[in-house]
Amino acid sequence: MSVQATLPTRQAPAVLPSSGGMRGALSDLFWRRPRVLLLLMLAPPLLWLGIVYIGSLIALLLQSFFSIDEFSGLINRQFTLKTYGDLLQAANLDIILRTVTMAALVTLASAAIAFPIAYYAARYARGRWKALFYLAVMLPLWSSYLVKVYAWKLILAKEGILTWLLAKVHLGWLLDGWLALPYVGGSSLSVSATGTFIAFVYVWLPFMILPVQASLERVPTNLIEASSDLGASPGQTFRNVLFPLALPGIVAGSIFTFSLTLGDYIIPQIIGTSRLFIGQAVYAQQGTAGNIPLAAAFAVVPIVIMGFYLWGAKKLGAFDAL
Amino acid sequence: MTPAVSFQGVSRHFGAVKAVDALSLDIQPGEFFAMLGPSGSGKTTCLRLIAGFEQPTAGSISIFGERAEGVPPYRRNVNTVFQDYALFPHLNVLDNVAYGLMVKGTGKAERHKAAEEALALVRLPGYGARRPGQLSGGQRQRVALARALVNQPKVLLLDEPLGALDLKLREDMQEELKSLQKALGITFVFVTHDQGEALSMADRVAVFNEGRIAQVGAPQDIYQKPATRFVADFVGSSNVLPPDFVQRWSGQKRWGSLRPEAIRVNLGGGAKGNEGVAARLVATNYLGATTRLALDADGLRLHATVPAGSALPREGEQVTLSFNRESLHLMEEGA
Amino acid sequence: MRSDRNASAPLPLKVAAACGLLFLHLPILLIFVYAFTTEEKTFQWPLPGFTLQWFGVTWNRPDVWSALSLSVRVAAISTLIALVLGTLCSAAVSRSKFFGRETISLLVILPIALPGIITGIALRSAFSLTDIPFSFWTIVLGHATFCVVVVYNNAVARFRRTSGSMIEASYDLGADGFQTFRHVVLPNIATALLAGGMLAFALSFDEVIVTTFTAGQQQTVPIWMLEELIRPRQRPVTNVVAMVVVMVTFLPILLAYYLTRDGDQIAGSGK
Repeated sequence: MSVQATLPTRQAPAVLPSSGGMRGALSDLFWRRPRVLLLLMLAPPLLWLGIVYIGSLIALLLQSFFSIDEFSGLINRQFTLKTYGDLLQAANLDIILRTVTMAALVTLASAAIAFPIAYYAARYARGRWKALFYLAVMLPLWSSYLVKVYAWKLILAKEGILTWLLAKVHLGWLLDGWLALPYVGGSSLSVSATGTFIAFVYVWLPFMILPVQASLERVPTNLIEASSDLGASPGQTFRNVLFPLALPGIVAGSIFTFSLTLGDYIIPQIIGTSRLFIGQAVYAQQGTAGNIPLAAAFAVVPIVIMGFYLWGAKKLGAFDAL
Repeated sequence: MTPAVSFQGVSRHFGAVKAVDALSLDIQPGEFFAMLGPSGSGKTTCLRLIAGFEQPTAGSISIFGERAEGVPPYRRNVNTVFQDYALFPHLNVLDNVAYGLMVKGTGKAERHKAAEEALALVRLPGYGARRPGQLSGGQRQRVALARALVNQPKVLLLDEPLGALDLKLREDMQEELKSLQKALGITFVFVTHDQGEALSMADRVAVFNEGRIAQVGAPQDIYQKPATRFVADFVGSSNVLPPDFVQRWSGQKRWGSLRPEAIRVNLGGGAKGNEGVAARLVATNYLGATTRLALDADGLRLHATVPAGSALPREGEQVTLSFNRESLHLMEEGA
Repeated sequence: MRSDRNASAPLPLKVAAACGLLFLHLPILLIFVYAFTTEEKTFQWPLPGFTLQWFGVTWNRPDVWSALSLSVRVAAISTLIALVLGTLCSAAVSRSKFFGRETISLLVILPIALPGIITGIALRSAFSLTDIPFSFWTIVLGHATFCVVVVYNNAVARFRRTSGSMIEASYDLGADGFQTFRHVVLPNIATALLAGGMLAFALSFDEVIVTTFTAGQQQTVPIWMLEELIRPRQRPVTNVVAMVVVMVTFLPILLAYYLTRDGDQIAGSGK
């Protein structure tokens, strides 16, 4: 092989001078002191999040130790546990209990509906279908929260599509019977606890599907085949093989469904009864009542509950499925 | 003459790890220089010290007489061919090659012309419009080479340049790199863990071990006269002989080495005094042109290669070994 | 899990999965239908008639336009801030190992990991403590904070796939830090940033919970809708706005998906 040396040789220095000016000097400085650059890059986001977010959380905590002067309605900026004392009134405990029960039910229902979708997507959907499934979950997840709630207001209204549909298939009596029940019933689904529950499940469902699918993707197919080879029925395979392996994903998804339900105040306000949830209480206390300390103390409740929840989830290995 | 690259007592420590330890070395202009060693021996760190990606903890480095400590890579007239080629995926081949000229502010027409020439040099003319992703491994490597050469570096650094290629391609590239280097006259410094590659391509080889240079020299010297047990062991397959054994033959109590092909294997036992070494054949290994014999001489493991077709003893049989005294090489290490 | 080569899904599973997906999508489709109803006072089904008049009515409503304008301005500014902060943070975290990296990731994710109402009331508490009056900027402050994570997640995923030797190669070829950023780093993360930016825009455009605590009397589109839901004035106008909102948020999400589909997934989850 012959090589023609076409590149002209050049009498260039081996080490070039700095390109000079501000840019050259800065570039050399960043290269020589990478920590300076790192610090400069980290400073804006850390200052922002530190001041705006962490600062606000500290403000929240501070406020919860203040109290409101009942006569003037002004916030008394002195340390007191009085506000937390107010929080423990029976009416408020009722609100907390109602919210936690709802969050638990919503989580269970989401898991039950999410599982078949996630299982199908993980095990049977291929190529184009897989992408389609992914989009079919992502689009509702990202589409407007309020519009989704509004859609259920339309569906659940007394004169709406669901009542009409049930009447068409002659099941109107079932709906009436259900609405006549205490606690879950009401004058129509859109002003009942059942309606609140359906809307919650609908809005948070995608948050359950994605982590469950992620955990099912990791179950080797041959494990399921081995189970049926050994004579297990589909039910036994599900109970003994599939479910335990999908559990971390379900727990990961439940962190979202549980936490989001605990903190939501818009769904029960638009679809539901006049009985309050934690979020509504926070909103009402800071707004109309002007009692920011009590609102803050109420907001600390979901933080504490989620703290315990996350601690338990971590023990179940849920964070690997996120 | 000013050396192309000069290391004076250079150390690079990462915490407690001494990647390069008090190392001194001169590389001459126009030389094809190989840094050979096992992984973790400090050869790649040396290359990165020349390129400017690492800074010495102690000592000084100069490139063509100019001090290089504290000089960022972009101000060094030195270019690197990376092990994974590191081509820019968002640019086509021509713009990849022209990148160095572009950031120096060379006009578009001029830098594209130079890039075309560099591509022709590495025998990829007309590939400019393709994307790196559309090229084979060998082609990518040529592009990486063209991208470095187009800047006319004073020193070209190659980090395991042939490691990712298959055997046939590797042999072709070895020849090509060598003739390219001859034609351009640029100092090439290349890092490899493959002693065959180092010995066949380089004008001089430095053998690295634990952050230090065990031996520098021409390939023949490294091969035939290893300075230490490590070099004898790592480069090729010399027999390493302990001081007691060497003393019997040379009178000096030092470590020695003996090429396997220098050993003659005579059938039948009964070696007397200093005329031969009694040994037992442990295993034979047929290699095509030669056969490699594993022998046990009273606990000392030796290897010998004999031409194919020689009369061979059976495994387990006693033989007598002999060799010319001149072929016994005494190493620097004493007892 | 790999697919069984010949087995297809059992029928009950197919039905359950299909029902689940219908459950997710039918309600959104229903919004599109209601935008054309002639019924003004109730949510009557079947629709008594079809009309296009509400599009015209909505078009002429100044309150809708001012809410839309506020939402777009807030989303644009918040996205811009989130892009800068998220890119800086992801670059710092990807570029070097340093003490506290995990903490920084946690800090970035926290604003969407905790329920929105906590972020909201926390900001509200802080504004109250520091006597900051509500303004355009108090909304932006909240939105930018939870939008950072979307940009951050997308950018980090892309940095992870970008080979480090590429940046060294750029330095080696004579480009200084600024040129390397301009010619190598930026082109390689551009689509991820674009995707992250679009998701951040969608997230901000749609956000209501935090906004109710930081907006005061101002109305963004979601707050306008919330008002209409609680105290309805002209229901069909709400239907039209809802339909437009769905379309406005779908576009950036679809685009973001196509920009990042080979390799990293749309990172992070909303709200």
